[in-house]
Amino acid sequence: MNPLSYHRALSTADALSRAGDGAARLLGGGTNLVDLMRKGVERPSALVDVTALPGTIEATAEGGLLIGAAARNSAVAAHPLVRSQYPMLARAILAGASAQIRNMATVGGNLMQRTRCLYFQDAAASRCNKRIPGSGCEAEGGFNRYHAIIGTSPSCIATHPSDMCVALAALDARIHVAGAAGMRTIPLVDFHLLPGDRPDIETLLAPGDIILAVEIPPSPVARNSAYRKVRDRASYAFALVSVAAGLSVREGSVEDVRIAFGGIAPKPWRAFRAEAALRGGPATREAFEAAVIEELAGATPPPEAAFKVELARRTLVAVLTELSGSDR
Amino acid sequence: MSRMQNVVIETVKTALGWVPAQWLPGGTPDPLIERRVALGRQDSRLDGPAKVTGLARFAAEVPMERLCYGALLHSTVTRGRIARLDTAAAEAAPGVVLVMTHRNMPRIGTLALIGVSDLSAVGNSSLPILQNDEVRYNGQVVAAVLAETQEQADHAASLIEIDYAVEAAKTRFDDAKAAARTPASILIERNHVLVGNAAQEVDRAAHRVDNLYRTPGHNHNAIELHAVTVAWQGETLLVHDATQMIAPSANALAKLFGLKKQQVRVLSPYVGGGFGGKGLWDHQVVAVAAAKLVGRPVRLMLSRESVYRMIGGRSPSEQRVAIGADADGRFNAIIHTGYSVMPPYGACPEQYTMCSRALYNAKSFEIVQHHVDLDIVPNTYMRAPGEAIGTFAIECAVDELAHQMGIDPIELRRRNEPERHPLSGTAFSQRALTTAYAEGAQHFGWERRLAEPGARRDGEWRIGMGCASGSFPYARMPGAHVRLTLRRDGTVNLSCSAQEMGMGTSTVQVQHAADRLGLPVEAISFDMGDSALPAGSMAGGSSQTVSLAAAIMAATEKLTGELLRLAGNDSPLAGLRARDVQLVDAGIGDVADTARHESYRSILTRAAREEVSVIAAGSPPLEMLKFAMHSSSAVFCELRVSEVTGEIRIDRLLGSFDCGTILNPKTAASQFKGGMIMGIGLALTEETLFDARNGRIMNATLADYHIPVHLDVPEIDVIWTGIPDPRSPLGARGIGEIGITGVAAAIANAVFNATGKRIRDLPITLDKLL
Repeated sequence: MNPLSYHRALSTADALSRAGDGAARLLGGGTNLVDLMRKGVERPSALVDVTALPGTIEATAEGGLLIGAAARNSAVAAHPLVRSQYPMLARAILAGASAQIRNMATVGGNLMQRTRCLYFQDAAASRCNKRIPGSGCEAEGGFNRYHAIIGTSPSCIATHPSDMCVALAALDARIHVAGAAGMRTIPLVDFHLLPGDRPDIETLLAPGDIILAVEIPPSPVARNSAYRKVRDRASYAFALVSVAAGLSVREGSVEDVRIAFGGIAPKPWRAFRAEAALRGGPATREAFEAAVIEELAGATPPPEAAFKVELARRTLVAVLTELSGSDR
Repeated sequence: MSRMQNVVIETVKTALGWVPAQWLPGGTPDPLIERRVALGRQDSRLDGPAKVTGLARFAAEVPMERLCYGALLHSTVTRGRIARLDTAAAEAAPGVVLVMTHRNMPRIGTLALIGVSDLSAVGNSSLPILQNDEVRYNGQVVAAVLAETQEQADHAASLIEIDYAVEAAKTRFDDAKAAARTPASILIERNHVLVGNAAQEVDRAAHRVDNLYRTPGHNHNAIELHAVTVAWQGETLLVHDATQMIAPSANALAKLFGLKKQQVRVLSPYVGGGFGGKGLWDHQVVAVAAAKLVGRPVRLMLSRESVYRMIGGRSPSEQRVAIGADADGRFNAIIHTGYSVMPPYGACPEQYTMCSRALYNAKSFEIVQHHVDLDIVPNTYMRAPGEAIGTFAIECAVDELAHQMGIDPIELRRRNEPERHPLSGTAFSQRALTTAYAEGAQHFGWERRLAEPGARRDGEWRIGMGCASGSFPYARMPGAHVRLTLRRDGTVNLSCSAQEMGMGTSTVQVQHAADRLGLPVEAISFDMGDSALPAGSMAGGSSQTVSLAAAIMAATEKLTGELLRLAGNDSPLAGLRARDVQLVDAGIGDVADTARHESYRSILTRAAREEVSVIAAGSPPLEMLKFAMHSSSAVFCELRVSEVTGEIRIDRLLGSFDCGTILNPKTAASQFKGGMIMGIGLALTEETLFDARNGRIMNATLADYHIPVHLDVPEIDVIWTGIPDPRSPLGARGIGEIGITGVAAAIANAVFNATGKRIRDLPITLDKLL
């Protein structure tokens, strides 16, 4: 780890002035950033601790939820409104990491998590276009079982590792950001970027921007929702495939549906095409099958991740079937 | 391992075949087999309170004045030479005391490899350590930094610039098979075994299976990271280490640094998990050399990543098992051959065929192992080296054959249960695997298993049961010494350089000594973990308990003779000889006349002695050569497999063990369960991701290398036959390693029973079941 300065910001204005031109990194729970600093992947000269900024969780006027960026993951998962209104979010958070890590990790930090690609993490010896654009990708042709099957580019096939963000993508969450130009909101589904030829640019944040909060709009469909995570051991492993889904069925037809995938794309993958195919149609296993096949039609998995196409299909169909109540 | 060794060992075995058993160690069963007071009790670990309260001091916790901290730099290439080395920035970094590379490392020789011919040789690698610019594997130590703080050392290490002249490296297992070596022997056994014409027998058999099984490399992940705190005190060297081999490490370091044995003291009272990985590696040598250069004490604790890079693990393997059986299921042939990695500078042969030599009768055998040479960190011993993965192959094959023949797999095993060792024809000292199966099957509810795969369901889950045999040889190390001091107040101190890695070494030997000496456990203390004490045996091969027990037995005999001499003619014992007496009720008594007794206190008081102290070594472990001595087990598993995702959840695991006398059920159950949990990892999750393109381990973290977490581990049931082995001290055989054996096969067999899918490549990840 390189020598660096540390400052604990006590106000948003303080944090903004410290974040400055982007040379500093903002520190939440440190559960990812500090690991990357130890590995030499991240080498910030300054850390601005933003955990003293607002971390409250409160209902909004229109019936949604506003979660301060410094809220701990465990606090969000345990919040009564989250559990009753957005069960998929509580379950997604609890499916991630370990209790100790969730107690440290913040919502803002979770949004900024970086990929767990083994070659990205190996600054000492491996080439990676995300770390050094143009240096090459060793995951292609290497260990890529945990890698993306959709939304990739020749420069990068890494996945976004978050569970929480998958639920937030399905819930149409919006991110409140403060920056040099003032306040703005960004839909979560737009916040993370596909790699293209610049996999090093991962989000829409500009240097010096600070995430203040995550807002979740009211979502009746989310009350009947689930998060299912498929992984290599029962706990404490990243998703091979995960599904966040909400479904409301009226008289056998899909009234509303929200679907997002984790573990298969460089960003939390909102399945807009599958949703469109399902909405208004029959809530049957066949329809679910057809929708997911359409969603993943463009999948180009690397060799070790080829199974994920089938796994994603099966997992989504199982989740929707259960939510539709048709297996009961 | 030479042909000469085969000749020597086989000659000794033949000669011992003519020697009457009663002349050999174990010839007369240990009387403590029948006479147990403290032994067999569930005593809690004596070191428990110290560990729970944090008072137990581990190697990286020993405080020292003027301590400096070390960090290592590892090669990022696999084969080549250091072409450019710039340490200027590191040397100028804050707090740096020393940057040590091959340029300024003191010139030393190489370590003698651990082996059976020289028990003081303990090296895991015979490569030079920081002696030249050559790189032989990815992760090799190329530089070390000492600084005032750990953080300063870590940072400075990152500032060292190295360019390598890269050379072609051997990194592909499949490519290297063509040039594989076939050693003459594996450990003390002949490697290539041919009995009859097994190939022909398999071809002609009424039923046969013939498949390849693959197991990946594994890394050691003990909770405690490898660590040393080293200090030169004048011309003597003090090494606080985390090691399974205290006395031999001290000898090896003395030899390497040109010191006398007495000048090196290795202390290792507590080890936070060993499993075969806590031996002598490069870091101890680097720390000793660096401490010498700077004239200050040094602490070097490896990072988790460093453990992956420079401490070897379990070799990958590719094993062929073929079994031919007649119409009744009797084996005509067993073929077990294969490849594993063992670079020429490594020491561990990964003896995966050992289990197949002793588990079953067969008319013919063909057994041979080939060593593949790769440019890698040398693999080493890892809990049940050989047997852990060997039982996976043979025990899956037996299950496959049973399924093919429509026979219950336990019944098939029973029909091939040997009465004598199948290869040597020597008698088993004790073996009750059939009993272990019967008892295990009953406890587990094996009769509820449906033979047809996929027949049991619960929603999306398919449920299956499987079983498999585990096996591990008995071993007792020669040359284990112990000092036994009896004080006038009736207390006893035992001491030797034994190792405590969490398994209850001192607890069980205190129980043992109490019974041996006719004292309560409260009267016994045991000092260990220090090379200044009489040399105990190393902790390996599940051998430490019986090795120390034999030494304590010998010391007790010596003490008895000494006490009788001191008792003299004024004692009620006058005229009795050692063979006439037993140690009982805190003194010596006549076996024939219980009224004749004198207490230790009385004998020593009359003789005006404060204490009597003896040192003795255990008898040579000839019983190992005279008899076939193996522990065995029957492992049962019930699990479920998701039809949707292929995820496996183990619901129940039961181990039924036949390991001789169980000396302490509490510590033994802990050993068995720990081994079985490691078996779950072997079966389902663990795999070193070795990138064959560049020879680099890519998952050198606990996040990316998956050991089982709590949620992966079900309730584990452990039972045992408890039948004493009449040939071993205390009737006991080792139990540290057998727990892992058979588990992977039991799980794989249960997966087959649940799904009808036979997975022969470990780990059984969900993608293999989609």
